[in-house]
Amino acid sequence: MSGYNFAYLDEATKRMIRRALLKAVAVPGHQVPFGSREMPLPYGWGTGGIQVTASVIGAEDTLKVIDQGADDTTNAVSIRRFFARVAPGLATTERTAEATVIQTRHRIPETPLREGQVLVYQVPQPEPLFRLEPRRSETRRLHALADYGLMQVKLYEDIARHGRVGSSYDHPVMVNGRYLMSPSPIPSFDNPKMHRSPALQLFGAGRERRLYAVPPYTEVRSLDFEDHPFVPLRARGRCSLCGAGDSYLDEVVTDDRGGRLFVCSDTDFCGERQAMREAAE
Amino acid sequence: MSGLLPGFADPVADAQSAFRAVLEAVARPGRVQRLPRSPAPPAPLSPAAGAVLLALVDAETPLWLDAGVTAAEWAVFHAGCPLVAAPGDAAFVLATGAPPALAVLDPGTDEEPQRAATLILQVATLEEGHGWHLAGPGIEREHRLRVAGAPDGFVDAWAASRARFPLGVDVVLCAGDRIAALPRSVTIREG
Repeated sequence: MSGYNFAYLDEATKRMIRRALLKAVAVPGHQVPFGSREMPLPYGWGTGGIQVTASVIGAEDTLKVIDQGADDTTNAVSIRRFFARVAPGLATTERTAEATVIQTRHRIPETPLREGQVLVYQVPQPEPLFRLEPRRSETRRLHALADYGLMQVKLYEDIARHGRVGSSYDHPVMVNGRYLMSPSPIPSFDNPKMHRSPALQLFGAGRERRLYAVPPYTEVRSLDFEDHPFVPLRARGRCSLCGAGDSYLDEVVTDDRGGRLFVCSDTDFCGERQAMREAAE
Repeated sequence: MSGLLPGFADPVADAQSAFRAVLEAVARPGRVQRLPRSPAPPAPLSPAAGAVLLALVDAETPLWLDAGVTAAEWAVFHAGCPLVAAPGDAAFVLATGAPPALAVLDPGTDEEPQRAATLILQVATLEEGHGWHLAGPGIEREHRLRVAGAPDGFVDAWAASRARFPLGVDVVLCAGDRIAALPRSVTIREG
């Protein structure tokens, strides 16, 4: 696409986002405001993640984009194609191991990440206290004071009502023992992957105009109680395509008589396992 | 201005490359990164300091620097940044000699720690593997970094600054075309 700067954003915007990203990495888990720009797709489609990715990538990078673990859904395909068009020289891939920058909506890849990789999350609501305290001025103060009693009470009430800590996705985490952070709506199954990950994790919320970060090897603890420890949730079953018993599964309804099966949510992980099985046969 | 030296050869790609090096340096404190696509700024600025400056500083970020008139003119021309007389008013502080004390730089506020200043500090050499013991976010167990030409009493001043976390100053150390970073989250023990 001619007429656009490399990676769509103008250089002044990139510099502003880059400065915010550096401060976000220096204060792990703290939400840094940034001047979110209008993007050629609506809020809710990953504008925050796209702006972070656009500020980070160069022509030497290899970009992977996933939506709920899949490389081949509308959101992932259109974002990958967008960057292929506005960032000449940029390579794209569906293989987790080959990517240097991975933009994700609501999943962390099953294949363990390594040093040198950057994981960019699309975040709809960066404020973990949002449902408990709607005033932004107040939540900012609570973060400044590290006063997270509200969230502990919410978890306690979950246990009192449901017998367990209740969120199956977007389960809040403490970063580096200081800031309460929303992991974005990833399944709680993925929360442990954030803890001391060798990769750099960046988070962008376009509509809410906030970004934040978790540096590599940083402590990310899912909030819980000593007598009710955090338990990541996963459907009981195996993937019908590759047989994996340890991956995060999507439930697929196959007919109108109650037929259903489970498949891996991570298409790259599942595809590679199938290819390996075929090669072995 | 007749002797003005050029900035980045390829402003878009070189700024991206410099930023990625700084991002990697801040994310992995104590790891030394090379900046092969640096400009050749006027003395006493090192290529790395020039690259970090042009990649991050612009009209929105007041700059304080101690590098003399030629370097100041170069920075203002290429980055378009306002210069300030007091280091405490600056978003970016570039020191080629003895830097201002960490305590006088802007540490941000409790609610907005991101407003803190960034100190670009030019030193003689940077070497991984021995010297200071660094620990904190971004470091698996421990990183070692030897900094030749660090200001006197820097480690003690850093400890005092570290005690204010999440307030504090982030430092980018530059030597030749190499950088290493000390984000405010890191702790330094003399080795």
